[in-house]
Amino acid sequence: MISVLRTSLFIFMLSCFGCFSAANASDISKKEEINVSEFVLEHLSDAYEWHITTWNEHHISIPLPIIVKGDTSGWHVFSSSRLHEAALHGRDYKGFFLSPQHHNKICERLPDGRVIRPWDISITKNVVEIWLVVLILSAIFLYCSWWYKKRDPQSDAPKGFVGMMEMLVMNINDEVIKASIGEKHYKRYAPYLLTVFFFIFVNNLLGLIPFFPGGANVTGNINVTLFLAVGTMLAVNLFGNKEYWKEILWPNVPLWLKIPPVMPIIEVFGIFTKPFALMIRLFANIMAGHAIILSFTFVIFLTWQISSVTGSIFTVFSALLMVFLNFLELLVAFVQAYVFTILSSVFIGLSLPEHHKE
Amino acid sequence: MESLNLPSILTPDFGLLFWMFIAFAVVFFILAKFGFPVITDMVEARKKFIDESLKNARTANEKLAEIQTESEQMLREAREKQAEILKEAAATRDAIIKEAKNKAEIEGSKILEEAKAQIKIEKTNALREIRSQVADLSIKIAEKVIRKELEKEKEQESFILGVLNDIEKETNS
Repeated sequence: MISVLRTSLFIFMLSCFGCFSAANASDISKKEEINVSEFVLEHLSDAYEWHITTWNEHHISIPLPIIVKGDTSGWHVFSSSRLHEAALHGRDYKGFFLSPQHHNKICERLPDGRVIRPWDISITKNVVEIWLVVLILSAIFLYCSWWYKKRDPQSDAPKGFVGMMEMLVMNINDEVIKASIGEKHYKRYAPYLLTVFFFIFVNNLLGLIPFFPGGANVTGNINVTLFLAVGTMLAVNLFGNKEYWKEILWPNVPLWLKIPPVMPIIEVFGIFTKPFALMIRLFANIMAGHAIILSFTFVIFLTWQISSVTGSIFTVFSALLMVFLNFLELLVAFVQAYVFTILSSVFIGLSLPEHHKE
Repeated sequence: MESLNLPSILTPDFGLLFWMFIAFAVVFFILAKFGFPVITDMVEARKKFIDESLKNARTANEKLAEIQTESEQMLREAREKQAEILKEAAATRDAIIKEAKNKAEIEGSKILEEAKAQIKIEKTNALREIRSQVADLSIKIAEKVIRKELEKEKEQESFILGVLNDIEKETNS
């Protein structure tokens, strides 16, 4: 009974929240048509500032440092708020501006009128989030190792937080890495794969938090997954043994499959498709999760534009679905990190085949 | 530019890749150096310790069982020995008592015999003394009688003769 009451109260609050935001949104939508895909993509994209909220049509956001190299003027470091101030006055800042044609990326207008993308290593929202994850991971694991350093193997196993981290680490270490790579070689790869797992996992989790310290779509950005996939590819191909290269270049198949090198070509292609699949899988899963939650948020705004009755109904509907989807995404956050790690381990394991008994 | 058609999350971004590389390198260095190995080594060491402890416990249990059987055997042996010793002791005791009894009997009979001999000697001595005293007494009596009889001569002579005859008869008998 109490839980039913609580649930209905929760839904009521959600719908109230929906009403307010929808009312807010309908004010805006009077002026401009809302484009769903643009709205969703904007939230998924990287940004030069950390948008926190909009209050009375006034954006509240944390400006982040921009580091760019001008075509002739060398490196510049300035706050992204300068660009916005300049844009309000219809000007560029030192020749730099956010170009809508380039997904609001920073661009430089050259004296001859050409617009180019400069070298840009700005601390964007995603970069801040990545460093945040670095900090969180370092803090967690340095705390854990500090805890262990105070003790010796004879003392009790850890409880609480350290115990949970030990369980997670050992589970990935034993059930994923050791199981896939094999007892003989896994120690060399374990730290890298564990780092990959926790990096992806914490990034995924932070991405689910809709407000400030989270919400950046890091693992749903192809650059990040590209980097991680390249890491796996290097680990596979740089440390693969002779047997692995023999299986690629001269596989154990009938000769007519090798003389016009059909199989070798397919195998060499496989070197790239495996990490490519890794890259796309993680990117698509996380991006899709974010996109679908954002879309259901957007349903509230859209339906309130039609009428307040449909709006109210769909607010409740969307709110319930979003709660469900957030739980689902929590699962996906773990599963995708796990899958990336297990597949990387399997690919590494395949690059270290033992000599076949024929 | 073809990339314009793609959303920014799908387009390569040098800055993000650059920072991703540095950040990942940093976190990888920290975790690989100070984080995970400490945890995995510790767990491995603990596992080894537990395995060793189990093995030690098993051998200790085996040893304990061995010791138990050994001690039981020792106890049994000791009990047997004790019984044997007790038996022997009883036998020796019995033997000693028997011997002592025999000795005592022999000694006793010896003493008895000696006593008897002594008594015999004493008896003869006593008899001899009594005899001599009787002789003295008789002499004294005889003397007194004689002195009295000597007043009447004839009587005296006959009396003396009669006494002497008596004595003579007595000693001869």
